[in-house]
Amino acid sequence: MENELYKLTAHELLEKIDKKEITSQEIIGFLKKRIKGVDSKVKAYVRLKDANLQSATCNLQSTLKGIPISIKDNICTDGLHTECCSKILQGFKPPYDATVITKLKQAGATVLAYKTNMDEFAFGSSTENSYFGPTRNPYDLERVPGGSSGGSAAAVAADEAVWALGTDTGGSIRQPACFCATVGLKPTYGRVSRYGLIAFASSLDQIGPITKDVEDAALLMNIIAGFDPKDSTSVNSAVPDYLQALEKDIKGIKIAIPKEYFVSGIDQEVKAAVLAAIDKLKDLGAQTSEVSLAHTEYAVPVYYIIATAEASSNLARFDAVQYGFRAESKKGKTQNLIEMYKQTRGEGFGQEAKRRIILGTFALSHGYYDAYYLRALKVKTLIKQDFDKIFREFDCIVTPTSPTAAFKIGEKIKDPLKMYLSDIYTISANLAGIPAISIPCGFTKKVLPVGLQILAKPFNEELLFRVAYAYEQNTPWHLEKPKL
Amino acid sequence: MYEVVIGLEVHVHLKTKTKAFCGCSTEFGQEPNSQVCPVCLGLPGCLPVLNKIALDYAIKVALSLNCKVQEYTKFDRKNYFYPDLPKNYQISQYDLPIARDGFLNIDLEDKVKRVGIRRVHLEEDAGKLIHQQDSSLVDFNRAGIPLLEIVSEPDINSPQETHEYLTILKSVIEYLEVSDCDMEKGSLRCDANISIRKKGAQELGVKTELKNMNSFKAVKDALSFEVERQTELLNKDKPIIQETRLWDARELKTVSMRIKEEAQDYRYFPDPDLTAFIINEAQIEEIKKTIPELPQGKMSRFIKDYGLSKYDAKILVSLKNNADYAEDCIKAYPNKDKKPIVNWLIGPLLSEANNRNCSLSELKIPGGKQELLKLVESAQAGKISHLMAKSVLNESIDSGIPCLTIIENKNLFQISDSGSLDNIVEEVVKENAKSVADYKQGKTNALMFMVGRVMRKTSGRANPKVVCEILKRRLTDA
Repeated sequence: MENELYKLTAHELLEKIDKKEITSQEIIGFLKKRIKGVDSKVKAYVRLKDANLQSATCNLQSTLKGIPISIKDNICTDGLHTECCSKILQGFKPPYDATVITKLKQAGATVLAYKTNMDEFAFGSSTENSYFGPTRNPYDLERVPGGSSGGSAAAVAADEAVWALGTDTGGSIRQPACFCATVGLKPTYGRVSRYGLIAFASSLDQIGPITKDVEDAALLMNIIAGFDPKDSTSVNSAVPDYLQALEKDIKGIKIAIPKEYFVSGIDQEVKAAVLAAIDKLKDLGAQTSEVSLAHTEYAVPVYYIIATAEASSNLARFDAVQYGFRAESKKGKTQNLIEMYKQTRGEGFGQEAKRRIILGTFALSHGYYDAYYLRALKVKTLIKQDFDKIFREFDCIVTPTSPTAAFKIGEKIKDPLKMYLSDIYTISANLAGIPAISIPCGFTKKVLPVGLQILAKPFNEELLFRVAYAYEQNTPWHLEKPKL
Repeated sequence: MYEVVIGLEVHVHLKTKTKAFCGCSTEFGQEPNSQVCPVCLGLPGCLPVLNKIALDYAIKVALSLNCKVQEYTKFDRKNYFYPDLPKNYQISQYDLPIARDGFLNIDLEDKVKRVGIRRVHLEEDAGKLIHQQDSSLVDFNRAGIPLLEIVSEPDINSPQETHEYLTILKSVIEYLEVSDCDMEKGSLRCDANISIRKKGAQELGVKTELKNMNSFKAVKDALSFEVERQTELLNKDKPIIQETRLWDARELKTVSMRIKEEAQDYRYFPDPDLTAFIINEAQIEEIKKTIPELPQGKMSRFIKDYGLSKYDAKILVSLKNNADYAEDCIKAYPNKDKKPIVNWLIGPLLSEANNRNCSLSELKIPGGKQELLKLVESAQAGKISHLMAKSVLNESIDSGIPCLTIIENKNLFQISDSGSLDNIVEEVVKENAKSVADYKQGKTNALMFMVGRVMRKTSGRANPKVVCEILKRRLTDA
């Protein structure tokens, strides 16, 4: 039994701590053992050699009683490496905690010093764009875990983490959660503070939970959600107790099924699993109808204009003046300012980061701004209106999370467009600012996880938890474990 | 034959306690990099939160410049790489500034001229580079200090008008107590766009942008230089190049810095870290209540209520401290004719204040305004000469002894009765036979010389008018 403890969820561990069957130190101990045992295969964490597992002691009396949590490498942790898995941030240890980290510490979580792997600056859908190399999918080590929060999702799936934080700009929590058979929630834009999240696209980024089940996701949201005076885009409205939303009953819930999400490009096995899940929801009392989200086809291009435009500006600060990597001057030559910029950014950023900086710079350039950025903002509004319209009649929308199950490492990395399409079902939620959750809903014949995405109107995470919990508690998928 | 067209971009530091988007102090002259935090250093993950006081100050200035405050305003990112800019973008405002379409009246000799204000917007300042022999250092204390940019229409037609505009603009902002407007400390900076065209022409000429002027005089000098340079080019049928030129204060000339074709594309876009702001009527009304009487209104009132000349009134209102002090004195002065106290204010008192580098209200006059008024009255009543009164004032401020005490202790009362003066006059006549002879031959200078002798013998206390009369009588009688 003892060597099975790492499989437990946070709420199960809390119960054991309450019953004095285990201590948080013991939990950290077996987690460390598990990481030692499997991370050489999965590679969910980065800089393992450099760090002690436990960062600091916390208040064991608080809600989380010392339960450890794993953090994606783009969320600032005071005094601990936070490098966005990029060479350009080499050695960067922020002198501050992100607001979510402050909240977790106050709630009694042990923040692990190991950070989880990610695509450099969250640019990607496979975690292959990490300076530290790719993470592997625990269900098939030849395959990607999804991205960009691939490290967090793989760590949770492989039981190397009790739970984890990821970040989602266009699907970066939900798609890896889907590929790794975990639960991933992207909250409403403004629900969780972005202070201390190293920005990719500021108007789309959100921090959210990646967990083993829905209850853990609700528990984690209870702690990290809420207004933050340090983030002007966080919204000042009361946070409900999300655990209260976990009912098994979804009778009368009106679910919209957008037809655009089931057409070309979708894998037949994924489609079958999702349709079966929809049938299950009907069995549980929900009413479903087919609807249209007419502007869906524009989501990907709109996203790649807005997100890269903001990224090109957000990443400008990495110039070697104050912190991070600085390229050495060429032998025998002094480096002037422009050379320092060029060499540092040339050597410090990876391929995909450079591609997005160039794309974004172009989209904002004089003479192109109106045709690209401004037009993209207008279409973004249309996409949001599509959703508003549906939520006037329906409680939520259900779709596949990703058109395919996990793909092979190397399969799409040479074809950025193919890679970008991997987020086709998740991007709209970011553009519309609405919350969306991905939960496991089956496996393909090759035992690759399939995910179900549920979307609701802004600030209605409760409904997502309710539907997701009802489905989860009536299906076996969340109990599956990868064979490692 | 040519008309000069000038437009100005003025930047002023707003005197908020904390920076525009974080809680760091804005105090000037502190240890480099001692007033910084992760936000103003632009460290990754940190987010700006607008200082509402900065927004209020900006609205206050905009209203005082007769601008229309915009209901909806937002911040944009101005993207460019420079080591003093921590994020490599500046939070500024592009297409929706806080306010537009205002004006400022400037006083010219023959008329009042209205200069349009195109826009007023809020942005953050950058840090400061300190260049060393083989490296450069950055001080980020200034990074993030709120900066107000005030852009005029090209309505200014001479370097002299520019000087007037800047003087009155500075005065207005100082009245609002939202900025120190100190060019030496960099809390007021001014760039100028200047072009010339044939009189009556509709199209504007090619402009140059002038930078690096660190006083109003430098602005005026740079513009005057540029007027001459451009005129000469046009006269020789040579083209004027659109470019940025720097004022070289040592060589007294402008030099080319960069040609406009190399101009940067700042790729402005709305800052996604800051939400848009709605400025409502109620907020504007609240701010209006905090705006004091402004210098131009005060000037008109001084002329009307106290019978001041425009010249005197203009001098007194340029600084709010001075104006308030002067008005208190004028009100307390018991006579209906205010001219004597006004002359004292713009004469001896302002010169004392200037010499001591302070405002009128900061002059430490023992016994305060009451003592000052007594001194003015004594001089006015002839109890003490004006010259003597001035030196008593100076001594009083230096020593801390009240004016009237000095006069009494040193017995500085003016001697006006002929009984006391007759003997001294007699002495002087005897001692200066040559001057007496000269006077009799019609040299009036000789009389003034003898008056001077009497003054010397009485240590300046004799009433020169009376002395003059006694002398004249004495010399005619003889």
